Amino acid sequence: MKRSAPTRLHSLGQLRRVVKVGDATGTAVRAALRPIRALGFPYRKPMVPKGVVVAADPSKLGANFETGWARSSAAKAARSVITNGPMRIFVKAVASPRVVGLDRLADLQRHDETPPVIFAPNHHSHVDTPLIITVVPEPWRSTLVVAAAADYFFDTRVKGALAALTLNAFPIDREVTSRKSSDELRRLIDDGWSLVIYPEGGRSPDGWGQEFKGGAAYLANRTGVAVVPVFIDGTGSIYGKGMKRLKRGTTKVVFGSPLVPLEGESTRRFNARIEAAVAALGDEALTDFWTARQRAARGSNPKLTGPEYNGWRRQWALAEQRKLGRAGVRRRQQRQWPDLG
Amino acid sequence: MPRPGFVLEVDRSTPSILFWRGENFSLEKLPAGRSRVIYPPEPLEALSDIDGAIRHALANPIDQDPLATQLFPGMKLTIAFDDVSLPLPKMRRPDVRQRVIEAVLDTAAQAGVDDVHIIAALGLHRRMHEYELRHALGDRIYDAFHDRGMLYQHDGEDHDNLSVIGTTDEGEVLEINKRAADSDLIVYVNINSVSMDGGWKSITTGLASYRSLSHHHNPETLENTKSLMGHRHQSALHTSVWRLGKVLRDNGPKIFQIETTLNTDMFPSPFEFINKREWEWTAKDRATFVGTTKSLNHTPIKLARKIFHGIEGPHQMTSVQAGETEAVHKITLEHVHRQQLMEVQGQTDILTMGIPFVSPYNPDGVMNPVLVMCMGLGYLFNMYRNKPLVREGGVVIMTHPCYRDFNPVHHPSYIDFFEQVLTDTTNPAEMSRKWEKQYAEDEWYRHLYRTGNAYHGVHPFYAWYWGAHGLQHAGKVIIVGGDPPTVRRLGFTPATTMDDAFEIASDVVGRSPTITHLHVPALLIADVQ
Repeated sequence: MKRSAPTRLHSLGQLRRVVKVGDATGTAVRAALRPIRALGFPYRKPMVPKGVVVAADPSKLGANFETGWARSSAAKAARSVITNGPMRIFVKAVASPRVVGLDRLADLQRHDETPPVIFAPNHHSHVDTPLIITVVPEPWRSTLVVAAAADYFFDTRVKGALAALTLNAFPIDREVTSRKSSDELRRLIDDGWSLVIYPEGGRSPDGWGQEFKGGAAYLANRTGVAVVPVFIDGTGSIYGKGMKRLKRGTTKVVFGSPLVPLEGESTRRFNARIEAAVAALGDEALTDFWTARQRAARGSNPKLTGPEYNGWRRQWALAEQRKLGRAGVRRRQQRQWPDLG
Repeated sequence: MPRPGFVLEVDRSTPSILFWRGENFSLEKLPAGRSRVIYPPEPLEALSDIDGAIRHALANPIDQDPLATQLFPGMKLTIAFDDVSLPLPKMRRPDVRQRVIEAVLDTAAQAGVDDVHIIAALGLHRRMHEYELRHALGDRIYDAFHDRGMLYQHDGEDHDNLSVIGTTDEGEVLEINKRAADSDLIVYVNINSVSMDGGWKSITTGLASYRSLSHHHNPETLENTKSLMGHRHQSALHTSVWRLGKVLRDNGPKIFQIETTLNTDMFPSPFEFINKREWEWTAKDRATFVGTTKSLNHTPIKLARKIFHGIEGPHQMTSVQAGETEAVHKITLEHVHRQQLMEVQGQTDILTMGIPFVSPYNPDGVMNPVLVMCMGLGYLFNMYRNKPLVREGGVVIMTHPCYRDFNPVHHPSYIDFFEQVLTDTTNPAEMSRKWEKQYAEDEWYRHLYRTGNAYHGVHPFYAWYWGAHGLQHAGKVIIVGGDPPTVRRLGFTPATTMDDAFEIASDVVGRSPTITHLHVPALLIADVQ
């Protein structure tokens, strides 16, 4: 006690001296600036005339959010740890995915330099993105950029930074066709990045799919890269639009054969082909390959957008559909035993 | 640009040469000045657009109308495919059979064909396990067809479901799967790993019964099959098969044959050193070799087998052609020869060969002693055109541990064949006369073949007959590193080391014989001049 008392007094004395010096400095600075303040504009910020509305600074949020840093080596390394660690554990725990059809990508993987592709899955849930990121095979996984809704994922700095770092998300304006976004995406493809674009433009509002927008087809047409149709089944029941909390379930991800635009094929036609391919994969996921191919040949694969009618019947049909799906009980077929006499 | 095959004359600077020894390897020094090593041609470039090539072949068949125009609603379509006895090792997914059958199914779906059966043409081979069918056909086809009873395996003992197509002028009866026989069209999907495969052999063996197969799978025919992999007119087996093919063409259903060839890129990383020439081994290859062999020396045999049978080869398709069977097969053989054929000058006194862990008859199973004989004298010895690599009366030296070990699920009749038949005789003709019928008609073997995963009761005889020409041709067969009592049971001579084997061989070929080593893998056909 005897030793510590003088020490404390000594510190208080020092503090008083620091405060005194600080006050003196402040007074000196204010005195020095007084003549400049008196000078006014242009040495000072101009006053805004009454009745004039000053245009706001261009926003750095939304579609203008800068995500280039998320593709640096350091961010890639961090993302790799996140993807292969917590994200994979989360997906496994929540969605328990079964992945089929990866063999359809084998030919692209055979190349010495695997070409970039555009993955075009249907979209039912926020779980879709971590799911697709963890099931896409290498080397695409580590070079995957996810086109994400600018108004949803990039409306605040923190959300945007998190989306860019963990998902390698890139902001896309859903409302207007942005030349800047598409040019930027083309540049990314030219640099060897692969894309995940949800052609539906957003999550399904009612559990059925939505008509495909032409973004993926347009980019493929412009860049010549292949579009890989993907069907995701089951995530709508796990965390569909409007759900308050996650509900664990099982999912199935079906990869289709890569599609390339045919010579002279318009974006609209190619987009229709991508939509038909995803619908056929959906049929394959819920029935089997042969049934899906037979229906595809007749053009009668069930539409992603569901039945034409509205109201309760539409929801009723959705429940039936989910029963068939991986998320529910897969259709069991009659087993036939060989007749050995 | 892949390099063609190469014959190395061994001199004092030649490094030791790689030999397979079952589930391991060894390096052997061959005598300088009188030895040569035959290195196979390097793997050809695979097709860049495999699915595109398949679609093109279906749309532009040889001597037939496009597949799409041969399909119509209400028809009976049967797709038959080769079993997993090839390729070896199994290929990385997607397997060629899956690619081709998916393309055929797509065409059938477009044409509105509903009645489609897919049949594994396994002849008297064992039924495949589910995981093997899934590997060969892919999950999509398996899931869509198997549970509906539209994908199944041929049963050569199901007499209610066999149908006689006709008889050749030589009295050979062609009896094949009834569903196939009653079909409006059979699409046969083949992998032509070696030149003896394909052509009429696909259906007349793969979908046939024991009754039909016994016409050419017998000692007399196989002893007269002087070039199993070479010219057809030197092969009594193929002459008989082609006669049956003519009966099939004249009296049977319409056939759309699809044949494919693969390159010889058989082993993936880290086993690339197996495919390389020894003096081109990098430090990494050498380290891998040393690490692999040292570890395998201390690895339980079951684990070693599991490791090797788990290997999936990176081999890929080099050609696909479809249409009329004979016309297609002619082109297929050209592609096989483009990959495997190489010229070799003259015969040799001693032919050496390393026997690997796998043969066409033990995919995912045990390479039992009977199969060691079949692989050495039935397959590797026969990889020639014109005349054998070893002179008549010469010596064949193989390297293999030749353990007395059998897979009772896959090879039940092989166990009894080894214990009962080989103790009595190793002469193919004599065993055929005395024992074959008993094994072929044994009810228990028949039951295991039909309901389990066992080769047919007669199969060990066929495996033995496959080496009949080699047995007849060679003056002596020596197995280096083999279990002595087992090797003696086969009628061969055991040797501990390669030098011992050369010493033993000197009784037959003298003190200074010429030696030729067949460097396998990959595959080659030596065109011996």
